Amino acid sequence: MDFHEKLVQNLVFKHGKDRENLLPILQGVIDQERYLSEEVILKISKEMSIPAADVYGTASFYSFLDIEPRGKFVIRVCKTITCAMKGKNQIIQSIENFLKIKVGETTIDKKFTILQTNCLGWCHKAPAMLINDEIYTELTPESVVDILREYKEEN
Amino acid sequence: MTTTKKQLHRIDLIFKNEDDCKEILRNALSRSDQEIVNEMVNSGLKGRGGAGFPTGLKWKLTAESKEKEKYVICNADEGEPGTFKDREILTRVPHKVLSGMAICAKIIGAQKGYIYLRGEYKFLVPDLKKELRKFHDILDELGLDFRVDIFLGSGAYICGEESALIESMEGKRGEPRNKPPFPSVKGFKGKPTVVNNVETLAHSYTILKFGAKKFRDLGVKDSRGSKVFSVSGDTPIPGIYELELGMTVQDFVDDFSDGDCKAVQVGGASGFLVPRKRFGKTTIGYQGKLTGISLPTGGSMMIFNSSRSMYNVLNNYLDFFEEESCGQCTPCRVGCQQLLKGIKAVKRGEKPTSYLNQLLKLTETMKLTAKCGLGQSVANSFSSIVENFREEMIY
Repeated sequence: MDFHEKLVQNLVFKHGKDRENLLPILQGVIDQERYLSEEVILKISKEMSIPAADVYGTASFYSFLDIEPRGKFVIRVCKTITCAMKGKNQIIQSIENFLKIKVGETTIDKKFTILQTNCLGWCHKAPAMLINDEIYTELTPESVVDILREYKEEN
Repeated sequence: MTTTKKQLHRIDLIFKNEDDCKEILRNALSRSDQEIVNEMVNSGLKGRGGAGFPTGLKWKLTAESKEKEKYVICNADEGEPGTFKDREILTRVPHKVLSGMAICAKIIGAQKGYIYLRGEYKFLVPDLKKELRKFHDILDELGLDFRVDIFLGSGAYICGEESALIESMEGKRGEPRNKPPFPSVKGFKGKPTVVNNVETLAHSYTILKFGAKKFRDLGVKDSRGSKVFSVSGDTPIPGIYELELGMTVQDFVDDFSDGDCKAVQVGGASGFLVPRKRFGKTTIGYQGKLTGISLPTGGSMMIFNSSRSMYNVLNNYLDFFEEESCGQCTPCRVGCQQLLKGIKAVKRGEKPTSYLNQLLKLTETMKLTAKCGLGQSVANSFSSIVENFREEMIY
């Protein structure tokens, strides 16, 4: 049995085959893989007896259930009004310069992906970003590089 | 010359960290359901997520259903731009929210509850789980058959709409349902369901502790009680503040702005922009028989000073709506796209300025024909910005 099959089977076993468990199962794959491959979607479809198009349709609705390959660390910079007013663009610029990729791209070593996202709920401490599930606030072009450097050194 | 700035009265009910939820629950269990529902109705508490439906009535309607299986859902899908108070409530006083859920469950007859937590707040889960374990022990001690689970969202603003939230919990795309039937009749898994905002549930705890009168004494007619506000933008003191409903925008600005306030967005991107000339005439609260205009808010108060371009602000909101529209109904899906394209075309001079009037008409159509609150409320910020700052849209 390959890795993906096992991952899907474990998740389905943990949560159950009912439709209402689809989101937790998809989220479980994201936690491990950072994205939902066609292969994984087909396996979930088979395990849960839900049409593959339906699994895909559900997954593609949610912005955190990525259906394109992502890096190990997904950076989501808030682009909504207060963060935009408080210098979001400079933060993006600084991240792009440091990682040498643009928004929407993934580094060659598959470690980082830069994305923008809608309101993260930290407007009083703008600008803010998520790296996977961790939140970072009151960013400056300098502090964001320090944060990323730590991730870069981590294995 | 020194001037004394008038400060709005700070209320300290929600975040006061009392450790007495066991007593509050025990007391509530000894009272009749009818008595508690009456207390909630009399308090005048309205939904604190922004829509403002009377909470007591919601509980009463769900309690009246004869179905055996019912659910209580705490809506923690706080996604409105400029809102962050629900996270603070869940972080600092989660036991109040859980107590509110348990009391609601007792009244309507539910054994199961869920906290629908937005994916962006996933980092709260470990602490919330700890809190849940403690709370379940208290429920066991009191003999109340009720359990709460956490359900995580995955980054979709529309799931804050209660029927979309329920769809999402059922493992589907978060597309709003036609209403009626309302969740109080047909909700999660087709069963009667109460969906309440985090803050609403925390207030119900306060009401049960101090009584409806103490809550009613705060605020004004039609807008009773206090409200937790999320203050951001051009202010020296951004943050979370519990204030009385019924204040004017002028009072708010005097207290919070940096002295150069041009406009305040009340209620987030789906709310209204109030320009300086209307500060004195606009109050914060629910629509009622008040003199002048009263604006509801889920707590989002964003302050813009004179350095801000209102075109950029509107552009940002429309970009947000265009992405977050679920795409299910045409007025909202196409409407948001066309509004965004339209203001850009006017700005670039590719369309005549009179095109703005056509866009305003489009928002009116969306208000009438969109399926849910998202598409219907785009008109709020669009018309209040375009009508008050027309020149900024053009030049």
